[in-house]
Amino acid sequence: MKLVTAIIQPHRTDEVRAALEAAGVKGVTISEAAGYGRQKGHTEVYRGAEYTVDLVPKARIEVLVDDADAVTVTEAIVAAAQTGKIGDGKVWTVPVEDVARVRTGEHGTDAL
Amino acid sequence: MDSGNIAWLLTSASLVLLMTPGLAFFYGGMSRGKSVLNMMMMSFGAIAVGAVAWALVGNSISVGDSIGGLFGDPSTDFLLSSSFVSGDGESLIATGFGATFAIITVALISGSVADRMKFSAWMVFAFLWVILVYSPVSHWVWGGGILAEGGGIFTADWFPQDFAGGTVVHINAGVAGLVMALLLGVRKGFGKEPMRPHNLPFVMLGAALLWFGWFGFNAGSAFAADDAAAAAWVNTTTATAAAILGWLLVEKLRDGKATSLGAASGVVAGLVAITPAAVAVDPWGALLIGVFAGVLSSLAVGLKYKFGYDDSLDVVGVHLVAGLWGTVAIGLFGTTTFGAWDGVFTGGDLGGLWAQIVAAGVTIAYSAVATLIIGLVLKFTIGLRVSEEVEVSGIDLAEHGETAYEEAK
Repeated sequence: MKLVTAIIQPHRTDEVRAALEAAGVKGVTISEAAGYGRQKGHTEVYRGAEYTVDLVPKARIEVLVDDADAVTVTEAIVAAAQTGKIGDGKVWTVPVEDVARVRTGEHGTDAL
Repeated sequence: MDSGNIAWLLTSASLVLLMTPGLAFFYGGMSRGKSVLNMMMMSFGAIAVGAVAWALVGNSISVGDSIGGLFGDPSTDFLLSSSFVSGDGESLIATGFGATFAIITVALISGSVADRMKFSAWMVFAFLWVILVYSPVSHWVWGGGILAEGGGIFTADWFPQDFAGGTVVHINAGVAGLVMALLLGVRKGFGKEPMRPHNLPFVMLGAALLWFGWFGFNAGSAFAADDAAAAAWVNTTTATAAAILGWLLVEKLRDGKATSLGAASGVVAGLVAITPAAVAVDPWGALLIGVFAGVLSSLAVGLKYKFGYDDSLDVVGVHLVAGLWGTVAIGLFGTTTFGAWDGVFTGGDLGGLWAQIVAAGVTIAYSAVATLIIGLVLKFTIGLRVSEEVEVSGIDLAEHGETAYEEAK
């Protein structure tokens, strides 16, 4: 099993969710995140005083998938989140040892 | 009793009282989320101690039997005793109107002490300041004292004009704010860490309430539902609108964007500047006073970084600077339609300008010295400032046992 994590522009969240649904993904976790990459932060001015805001808001999407689906899901997210501008985000995949479904106690791929 | 006048004075006093909760939103939005409750409580605390101090002796010191033109006899109207038994509604509501002025004036000072002043010290300070600073200066200008028409050091032709409180309210509070900022010292991280306003919609709500209340402040200062009240209303709105434009123009040229904080600040700068001049100038004068108030204050708010005093929410940059400008500007643009004499550019000579400068200077000197004495006494008795630990973790929780938000920073 794999955990696919995506940090994307918050305004692309709906498109990514729709793309994941179309790719057969049954469940996702979406949270608000803040950070910076090459986009860096931005400057705000209050009564003439400049403040550099380092962290920009992002959406974090996490999907647990079967090994065979990891690439498909990654490509679906990339396609749906892409705007071509700096700050679009990143998607990465890590192996997952085990997953348990809390309601039933099932383990492994049965729990996905 | 004139029921029209009483109706307008009752309305005006109520409008001016609303300014202080409005100020709580204006200042509260500009402060950080971990200290917004303390900021707003300083305004509400000012209402509490201000109204009591005024009823006890403040009103009497302001308008009681003058002792050498310096202050009114505190026993003349102790606890409003003689005003109340007189049964004269107009003079009675005038004492209430005066109370609301004392309250907003001392509340204005709280902007310079944000995030770091003990609440107990603030309450004692506000009580003493109303009695020892606001009330005497009010006596000088409006109670027949040394800065009033025919009251002291001026001639019958040239005497200071302060319709609604350029000297008494704004210069007075601005200087006191500077003194308190210097006495308290800078906040941890001042000038290095971002201390940005946590809720700009609050700031705009506050500015709107202040503007609305200010109609009572300026038009109410006619003490009648009359022609002068109408003139004050019109000039107040003209100047304030122009000040928004002035402030936003500076921002657009300097920073590239017109900000909501700039618009809200422009509102206050314009209201402050037109306060002394509300009937002393014509709408042309109001327009000029307003636009320059916006420009001057928007530039002055940067001075604290240059000189290193932590006037946290710009009491100096807005109230002292715009208050000084409005006071002096009467000497430049004054007209006699509703005012007392002509200004330098409107057919008069330097006499009026001189009177305005002297009134401003006397107010600055007294406010600085008297506020310093009160502040020093408190500093070496109950202490002025919270610990650094409290300041960093948030004054709301330490001083009031509450937080405004689940996660305040």
